[in-house]
Amino acid sequence: MGVPERLTVALRTQDDVVVLRQRVREQAVALCFSLLDQTKIVTAASELGRNAVAYAGGGEAMIEPSLNSGRVGLALTVTDHGPGIPNVEDAMRPGFTTGGGLGLGLSGTRRLVHEFDLRSEVGRGTIVRILRWK
Amino acid sequence: MDRVPIIKVGKYLLATIQTDVQDHVAVALQEDLAARIIAARARLVLLDISALQIVDSFIGRMIADISGIARLLDAEVIVVGMQPAVAITLVELGLTLSGVRTALNVERALAMAGIRDQA
Amino acid sequence: MTSNPSVTPIPLVRAGYEGILAMWIAVQKRSATARPDLISDADLARQCSEVLSMLLEGLASGSMDVSSPGWEGMRATLRGISLSRGRLGFGPSETALFILSLKEPLFGSLQELDPSSRIDAILELNHVIDRLGLLTSEVYQQGREEVSMRQQQEMLELSTPVVKLWDGMLALPLIGTLDSERTQVVMESLLQAIVETGSTIAIIDITGVPTVDTKVAQHLIQTVSAARLMGADCLISGIRPQIAQTIIHLGITLPDVVTKATLADAFVAALDRLGQRVVSTGATSTGR
Repeated sequence: MGVPERLTVALRTQDDVVVLRQRVREQAVALCFSLLDQTKIVTAASELGRNAVAYAGGGEAMIEPSLNSGRVGLALTVTDHGPGIPNVEDAMRPGFTTGGGLGLGLSGTRRLVHEFDLRSEVGRGTIVRILRWK
Repeated sequence: MDRVPIIKVGKYLLATIQTDVQDHVAVALQEDLAARIIAARARLVLLDISALQIVDSFIGRMIADISGIARLLDAEVIVVGMQPAVAITLVELGLTLSGVRTALNVERALAMAGIRDQA
Repeated sequence: MTSNPSVTPIPLVRAGYEGILAMWIAVQKRSATARPDLISDADLARQCSEVLSMLLEGLASGSMDVSSPGWEGMRATLRGISLSRGRLGFGPSETALFILSLKEPLFGSLQELDPSSRIDAILELNHVIDRLGLLTSEVYQQGREEVSMRQQQEMLELSTPVVKLWDGMLALPLIGTLDSERTQVVMESLLQAIVETGSTIAIIDITGVPTVDTKVAQHLIQTVSAARLMGADCLISGIRPQIAQTIIHLGITLPDVVTKATLADAFVAALDRLGQRVVSTGATSTGR
């Protein structure tokens, strides 16, 4: 297994979400994440990937290792060109949902990672960047 | 794989989910199980997820729904073999599946349901 | 008014090398801070001669700035000595005094210089040795921090005592202050042990835990929830009165968490869950 590098996954269908989960898992394994840390980042990736496919008509995910001052982490940026989120604060509240889910997606995802950055513009799309340290 | 295999063992149904499950496969399982519960007159369904590597909010909701649907059909679902990493992640995600019965393994699940394996 | 490097005391130091070395070792041995219990004469002599050689090398580079490339050898040598002394159990001032005690023999070797050059040389060397002393202290400190981090890590590994109490029953007796990280490590190992032993009930005993903060309480609750998802139940025993108060004041509720006053009570409750019971056999043991 070589040094992990940045890679992108196109997100159009549910199958692509499965591919995203596999890629994130591989990268986390390559960075020697513990099983629990792998599970958390893969689950977070699954939430974001599904959001992009289900609510934004697809998007793109970029996976990149983060090596910063002796710390090792894995970052994931999911970009879509969907309708955007009108009220980000509302969307981050536990229980908020538009898709008939349990409304845990975004607030739950934030708890699984160490860094969470969401930018959204109505009519333009949404960018979410998450990072989990080892 | 497009469908989760459901097998009938004695009086109960056993559904074993593989390492990763696509959303539509999970939705199909919900329908298949409901139909099989009626057809087999099963009172017990074991949902073996010991191989499943992640459960996100969608799959979590699917598991809760299957349990609820089965209850309406007078059957009980026991979720079997959730891995520690999966369980911790699911709890942190905010899902505790409070109405769902769980067991460490198939043996325990059968003991819970008062069924002894006919050897 | 910069002194010309060509009139620095290098030749004198080089010529007096053996004398300086012998005197330096002697100074350290007769000082009140000598530690013959920690370092052998041979090791001490070797360290002194290494440092002295590196001092000459540094001085020969023409720079009096000990952070300049010419002093790299000296810095590496001091780093090694400082770290090894930290590990051997030398104190911080003992380690700094090692290099500072070089002043006396070093300045003594400058007798042949005329008074004004001698003062210049002493001032310069004094500055150099002081800087090296500081460097030694810094490295020593870093070394101690590494040691303490390693000990912390070892403690973390040691402090995960999941024990099997009965067939199908585990106990996790927690002792000492729980921080968020330790709680997480301990809880993960508990859940892992549940799978490995096929245990359906686990007792988390916190009798030995003085305080619990919000984070730790949350980890405890999460562990109970995660164990339940896996098909095992957790009992928490030994909650001290202060901790009970803290938990209520923090507004934390423990829904569905079964708590027992003592580990013994929890054990009986756990046995009951397993459908078992401890009964008296009626016989009393008769000591001989």
